[in-house]
Amino acid sequence: MSIALQRTRSIANGRLGSLLLLLALCVVLIVVGQRVLSGGLSFFIQILVFGLANGAIYGLVALGYTMVYGIIELINFAHGDLVTLGAFIGLAFFPIFGLVEGKDLGIIGVAALAAVFLIAMVLTGGINVLIERVAYRPLRNSPRLAPLITAVGMSFVLQGIMYLWKGAFQIHVPDILPGTRLPLGPGASVGVKDLIVIAIAVVLVIGLNLFIDRTRLGKAMRATAQDRDAAQLMGIDINRTIAATFFIGAVLAASAGMIRGLYFNTVNFSDGYQLGLFAFTAAVFGGIGNIQGAALGGLFIGLVKAYGDAYFSSAWTDVYVFAILILVLVFRPSGLLGMRVPEK
Amino acid sequence: MALLELEGIETYYGRVRALNGISLSVDTGEVVALIGSNGAGKTTTLRTISGLQHPARGSISFAGQVITGVSAARRVGLGIGQSPEGRRLFGRMSVLDNLVLGSYTRRDRAGIQRDMDRVFELFPRLKERSGQISGTLSGGEQQMLAIGRALMSQPKILMLDEPSLGLAPILQETIFSIIAEINGQGTPILLVEQNALKALEVADRAYVLETGTIVKEGTGEELLHSEDVAKAYLGM
Ligand SMILES: Nc1ncnc2c1ncn2[C@@H]1O[C@H](COP(=O)(O)OP(=O)(O)OP(=O)(O)O)[C@@H](O)[C@H]1O
Ligand SMILES: [Mg+2]
Repeated sequence: MSIALQRTRSIANGRLGSLLLLLALCVVLIVVGQRVLSGGLSFFIQILVFGLANGAIYGLVALGYTMVYGIIELINFAHGDLVTLGAFIGLAFFPIFGLVEGKDLGIIGVAALAAVFLIAMVLTGGINVLIERVAYRPLRNSPRLAPLITAVGMSFVLQGIMYLWKGAFQIHVPDILPGTRLPLGPGASVGVKDLIVIAIAVVLVIGLNLFIDRTRLGKAMRATAQDRDAAQLMGIDINRTIAATFFIGAVLAASAGMIRGLYFNTVNFSDGYQLGLFAFTAAVFGGIGNIQGAALGGLFIGLVKAYGDAYFSSAWTDVYVFAILILVLVFRPSGLLGMRVPEK
Repeated sequence: MALLELEGIETYYGRVRALNGISLSVDTGEVVALIGSNGAGKTTTLRTISGLQHPARGSISFAGQVITGVSAARRVGLGIGQSPEGRRLFGRMSVLDNLVLGSYTRRDRAGIQRDMDRVFELFPRLKERSGQISGTLSGGEQQMLAIGRALMSQPKILMLDEPSLGLAPILQETIFSIIAEINGQGTPILLVEQNALKALEVADRAYVLETGTIVKEGTGEELLHSEDVAKAYLGM
């Protein structure tokens, strides 16, 4: 086992590894290039926008993984299920706010939708804070495996609750976003929906960055992530800071769930599982613990999936996404933007 | 009653007892040194005072209030400041951000600015490098930042854990003179040091710790001239 591991490492570090990787990359590029050329430019752009919209959703989810990992080094396997939970909660408020299919949104509709977003985000955030309090905090000083397994269990618990709530069906999400498509060229167009999704995600990511960079709580979160004891010596209440991190992560996950529901108009209690794995891959790709990395990683995974589906076959999507995960873990475990500052 | 008082403190790591009933005190205006060989429990004592470690037995009081059950974060607000062993800076943040975090418990902007100026006056090097990522500072500069950061909380007592460790002799001198200066400005100091000679020279009083027990105490002067201390810690 350890010899095999060492061998993998030495291949990874050596010339041969880089060469093999480069070769594989060339082959992929040539094949992709060929298909792209035969598909035409406007189709390429259409897929680009679709990939970015998808990637924006992955990015929002990846941010939660990365933030929670950054602060307590927990890979929160239940995070993906918060996405679905957020969508379920939002969905419950649609009729109350008069959001039904077939009506033009209008100003009031937009306000109502914003309100539903807010409610879903805050409630999901609150639930995640509760989860942290009862499931993870008591294990904070236990060996790492304990909270990890608890997180896997929590994922099942959340899925179980959602299954009991809505059953195993594909649940329809009202199609209330404008369906207009902007023509791009022969046989290709870009949906206004896609642009809305991208815009919402961009606003959220920029907001998050400003929050973490500028605010007192944001600084406290970074300090706690870097050195918990030192943070306490500054007077930072690390329990509150960690709770805030779970809250924000879940807020972003819920927003992703809402966006995703409105975009695909369907949601199922188990959607969070695969979505979570993809978003986790995105977080690892960008360097887990790294905020910008997670956002970019999300876009990258979204593009890989979109182009893979369009030019190859959607049956293979899982394979290449997880191949990326494995390649990154083997060749560059700190991720593309990973931090290489030595710890202590 | 002294400003800080420890009464029969016992602290464990798991089942291992690191402190076996320590009693000590620091009063207003004093510099008190805590010396002892590696693993004696000096760092554990400071961590217990700042609340990062909880004692199984004994009590700690500060400024007339029992704080044994108070969280580490709240103790900072009460006035206990610490520059910890190994400096523990926020290595991916700038010098300025580290100092700002030092003032986390405070809301008085004018006062914070005044203390920031004071820190820059004590350590002009930090001012020149205020935008630099703290992880890339030299060892001496990091130590200055760790002390400066602790000062930013406006501590009523400042605890320093091996501030001279790993520094060139000339920088050690600087650090010790700054310790005297900070104390001269009115802040009592609890000083943990490997360099026992230097520590005893600046200290009003000192305690000698051996495997979790205080075996000797006295004025800095007394201990400097005590034979066992000289043998064990001053290499004479
Ligand atoms: N996190 C820990 N877990 C278990 N034991 C610990 C831990 N930290 C310290 N100890 C033990 O507690 C005892 C006291 O350690 P402490 O760090 O307080 O010593 P010290 O006097 O500061 O030593 P040094 O001069 O080397 O810094 C030692 O025996 C040490 O091995
Ligand atoms: Mg020590």
